[in-house]
Amino acid sequence: MIGIVNYGAGNIFSLTSALQRLQLAYGMVDTEADLDKYSHIIIPGVGHAGTAMKKLEQTGLVEPLKKLQKPVLGICVGMQLLTRHSEEGDADMMNIFPLETKLFDKEKHIKIPHMGWNNVNFKNNLLFEGVENQTQFYFVHSYFIEYNPIFDIATVDYGVQFSAAIQKDNFYAVQFHPEKSGAAGERLLKNFSTITP
Amino acid sequence: MLSKRIIPCLDVKDGRTVKGVNFVDLKDAGDPVALAAQYAQQGADELVFLDITATHERRDTTIDMVKAVARELNIPFTIGGGISSVANAEALLNAGADKISINSAAVRNPALIEELAKAFGVQFVVLAVDTKYTGGKNLVHLNGGRLATELETETWIKRAEELGAGEILLTSMDHDGTKQGFDCNLLDKICRSINIPVIASGGAGTTAHFTEVFTQTGVDAALAASVFHFGEIAIPDLKQELNKHGIPVRL
Repeated sequence: MIGIVNYGAGNIFSLTSALQRLQLAYGMVDTEADLDKYSHIIIPGVGHAGTAMKKLEQTGLVEPLKKLQKPVLGICVGMQLLTRHSEEGDADMMNIFPLETKLFDKEKHIKIPHMGWNNVNFKNNLLFEGVENQTQFYFVHSYFIEYNPIFDIATVDYGVQFSAAIQKDNFYAVQFHPEKSGAAGERLLKNFSTITP
Repeated sequence: MLSKRIIPCLDVKDGRTVKGVNFVDLKDAGDPVALAAQYAQQGADELVFLDITATHERRDTTIDMVKAVARELNIPFTIGGGISSVANAEALLNAGADKISINSAAVRNPALIEELAKAFGVQFVVLAVDTKYTGGKNLVHLNGGRLATELETETWIKRAEELGAGEILLTSMDHDGTKQGFDCNLLDKICRSINIPVIASGGAGTTAHFTEVFTQTGVDAALAASVFHFGEIAIPDLKQELNKHGIPVRL
């Protein structure tokens, strides 16, 4: 069963709807004790990364989340929370991945936010099992996670090449919204639910 | 490469889709959930619902509809119409809307754009602008083009970007309903003057019009209603055609 970290950063209705469509059982994680109830944990997030981090800190879940051994999936701002630092609000993040969350560079002649469906080039990873390489996923964000070959499991191009997905041990994270990315996104959520620690 | 988006627009009233939707294999053309699912199936990249519900008392029906759509739809959607406060927007966000579009309320109270962007992020705020060429200028119009303002379209859009609009939905009232093609001149000019995504709207009649708007302007998406609703253009055919012209699309 999937536990969704409920820290008040954005709407989770779309995510819970996607899990319902997939008939994946889920519940909410409000306290440290709740973490024990679930086999898989999703950290969602929309909006401002700095503000989201503050909200997460207020729940007291930061340290317990960092210690988890079970599969964890960060989505969008939930991914950025797992990095070391974000330029959005110049905020320190959870530092599970020693990576930087950066603002897109206007000088690259790209529109910000990066909004829409973009091709994802992924490496062999359980998360993308059954998905065709270069499939488009739905992105909507102004900050991105720098490419680092050690943690990168999928890249995307938008002005720069950056990480669409990263992994470190049991921690997975995606910049796009699987719950809004059609059949491919649903497959990814399904795949995550079957990953074993 | 970031795909150009194709966006069908549905008018809804009291939680039901209205205005001549003519899908042969649809039992209930007024059911927004069934229609939305059908469009997603056909390869629409996003949907826009325009709520034309007249009375505020019926807003709850709209919220219920948004929830029903969000439960079933696996692509993003925007809802617009009658949103004039952060509270209105928040209710729609919590019901599962990915974006909201604001129009008249933002003209009357530009600070609303800023408030919404601060509360929910710029990606949530679409500014819809109805424009009409009047007295040698492109002016912002309200009430579906009936009420002219003194605001110049380009000036207003630039200001909205500064205030925190994350995307512009630009409808040319001169082209809307004509099926003679999008207003490529104006769209090109607007795209060059701002750094946020632009959705072209008004004038789609043929697949060539979509090719035209994507090759001649920097728009990120094109929106249409009747050509899709009446099956004059099938989305899979349209995307194949765009692909043939080297325009990046999600197939």
